[in-house]
Amino acid sequence: MPTKDAQPARLAVRKTYKLFIGGAFPRSESGRSYVVSDAKGNFVANAAQASRKDARDAVLAARGAVAKWSGATAYNRGQILYRIAEMLEGRRDQFIAELRTFGLSAAAAVSEVDASIDRWVWYAGWSDKIAQVVGGANPVAGPFFNLSAPEATGVVAIVAPAEPALLGLVGVVAPAIVTGNTVVVVASPDRPLPAITLAEVLATSDLPGGVVNLLTGSPAEIAPWLASHADVNALDLTGVTDHGLAKELEVAAADTLKRVVRPAAVDWSADPGIARMTAFLETKTVWHPKSFEGAKGSAY
Amino acid sequence: MSIFEYAPAPESRAIVSLKPSYGLFIGGEFVDGSGSFKSISPSSEEVLAEVAEASEADVDRAVAAARKAYEQVWGKMSGAERAKYLFRIARIIQERGRELAVLESLDNGKPIRESRDVDIPLVAAHFFYYAGWADKLDHAGFGASPRPLGVAGQIIPWNFPLLMLAWKIAPALACGNTVVLKPAETTPLTALLFAEICQQAELPPGVVNILTGAGAAGAALVAHPDVDKVAFTGSTEVGRIIARTVAGTNKRVTLELGGKAANIVFEDAPVDQAVEGIVNGIFFNQGHVCCAGSRLLVQESISEEVLESLKRRMSTLRVGDPLDKNTDIGAINSAEQLARIKELTAAGEQEGAEAWSPPCELPSRGFWFRPTIFTGVSQAHRIAREEIFGPVLSVLTFRTPAEAVEKANNTPYGLSAGIWTEKGSRILAVADQLRAGVVWANTFNKFDPTSPFGGYKESGYGREGGRHGLEAYLAH
Repeated sequence: MPTKDAQPARLAVRKTYKLFIGGAFPRSESGRSYVVSDAKGNFVANAAQASRKDARDAVLAARGAVAKWSGATAYNRGQILYRIAEMLEGRRDQFIAELRTFGLSAAAAVSEVDASIDRWVWYAGWSDKIAQVVGGANPVAGPFFNLSAPEATGVVAIVAPAEPALLGLVGVVAPAIVTGNTVVVVASPDRPLPAITLAEVLATSDLPGGVVNLLTGSPAEIAPWLASHADVNALDLTGVTDHGLAKELEVAAADTLKRVVRPAAVDWSADPGIARMTAFLETKTVWHPKSFEGAKGSAY
Repeated sequence: MSIFEYAPAPESRAIVSLKPSYGLFIGGEFVDGSGSFKSISPSSEEVLAEVAEASEADVDRAVAAARKAYEQVWGKMSGAERAKYLFRIARIIQERGRELAVLESLDNGKPIRESRDVDIPLVAAHFFYYAGWADKLDHAGFGASPRPLGVAGQIIPWNFPLLMLAWKIAPALACGNTVVLKPAETTPLTALLFAEICQQAELPPGVVNILTGAGAAGAALVAHPDVDKVAFTGSTEVGRIIARTVAGTNKRVTLELGGKAANIVFEDAPVDQAVEGIVNGIFFNQGHVCCAGSRLLVQESISEEVLESLKRRMSTLRVGDPLDKNTDIGAINSAEQLARIKELTAAGEQEGAEAWSPPCELPSRGFWFRPTIFTGVSQAHRIAREEIFGPVLSVLTFRTPAEAVEKANNTPYGLSAGIWTEKGSRILAVADQLRAGVVWANTFNKFDPTSPFGGYKESGYGREGGRHGLEAYLAH
């Protein structure tokens, strides 16, 4: 944070806020940045303004991370999500300060950061339970083993809610990745700092590079490239407030039949339920004959 | 190899008494539509009946009837009472099963053996299954008191006319929704018979409305502002149009679209069973099956043996009169579909693949296509990429399990897949990696009302069947 002291005892070392793609922190390939201001309109930082190329690079990174992340054991994913909560807890004061920069009261900032940490813990525990809750054996009328189990949809592009900048972001990212999806997220444009600082948390939590990719900039500019990208499987429009843009994005998503979560008002402090997880899960049902003789004696 | 001589064993048509013309089923009654068209039997081109063609105004009327029934009767009714109506319908379907089977084979062209032993029993089972859910929705895992959505607009294809109707109507009604359903243009008749069954069951007027018609009626239904939910089974192309139409609205959508399933045969597979599974996978219902095993991926080491065995088996398939109980492969559903199959198979030959069909005589009238396999198919060929929706199998080979998975997943579709191997661990590992909603291992084309069905990727979204199938019709 810049300080306003006329003659600081020591000049602060500012942080450059960059994108988070494939586990690295690049600037926008476009070379663009935009000014982020605090609640009073004072300069805070020059954030990277992501371009179409950045969005595509992020999708590439997300696609590349799908096999390893969705193939990791549920236990392992749970461990890593819990690790994210631990790292976030360790930087609790930093996040509180960032949220206060954008005008939150001390109490509100504390409450949001604590809720965000707890939300990671909550979702961490879901990793090895969701399959039992939404999948199971199907009692078909015949001598068959028949089991339905959820699987990650793949790459999910997300427009995160503008507010609350941290809890809203955690609230859309955690349910998508806990089940094995990878994500490309367009962060809150006016309050991007918690997103980039969250990326620093993710980068130190054993989360494989590419599982979460964060873009800062204009959702109206970036999201259409994600909505029409053939290597994106699903689109979460929770953070889109412009009805016209939401419709345009949903129309673009139809070309490759992406799963779409439409914009909705969300109470981020409430129990999230499981709908955000199931929105990005596919159900796979496997059949096999039952027979003492093996496949040779099967009732095909 | 010559086919054994069989005496014809035709199922009697006498059980079906068709009226010369049918109206639209709106608000519990048959009413006149704005225009009309004829439904023909694809095996003889005989006109079976004239049916009404729904206009936009008719769609309005039907949606209004469904809305009224939802608000005044069905949405308020206890689950236990709804269940009893659905059980009644299931029972009547069983009672009139043979009649429905014969009519389905007449109107669709599918063999009576399939309509009688697969389609209609599954229709009844589907209504029984969802009837039981109607008063247990609080326990289905969609919240404490899940609510219906309202009016569902449902559009179904011609390949399994009554079965697709059951997949749509049974869960919708069980959850407390009312429906407006449009059967396919070429196969409207069993849906109209179903309307009579609703009358026999004394289902309250307007709970089920059936609109016969073509694409325009379907488009009007999807776009109707008072429809809360759209359910569609059909082509991926139309699925995209529907997804665009509902963008920016609050309508919920489920889409069950096309497929290009890989049926993977490993070298340790039981060959005779695998060949039966290959035949079932692609020739069941003339290959008019979205989950058909239309790409055979056979391990190189056994490809010759499998192909030889497959050709021998194909030589015994009987193509002909759908009402003959010996028939394995019936008529192609329409002249339009036959033209599509011919276009794609011609492309297959032009692109260098080699076609083979067993010698078999085809009837002189109606729409027919010989069971056909293509060898020498590459992944780039149209017949390996596009859904043919006919009795045409594209054969590709592979060397390693990883290559099989890679090829199987190399398609924008993701509806189903097959695996044939004696090795259990391989089945599970391969099944894990296939991006498909239904995986049949050492079996194929099995369906059950308790078993969720639906696709990954461009094969659509949502599931039909099982507890999962309730989600599409509940607000949560």
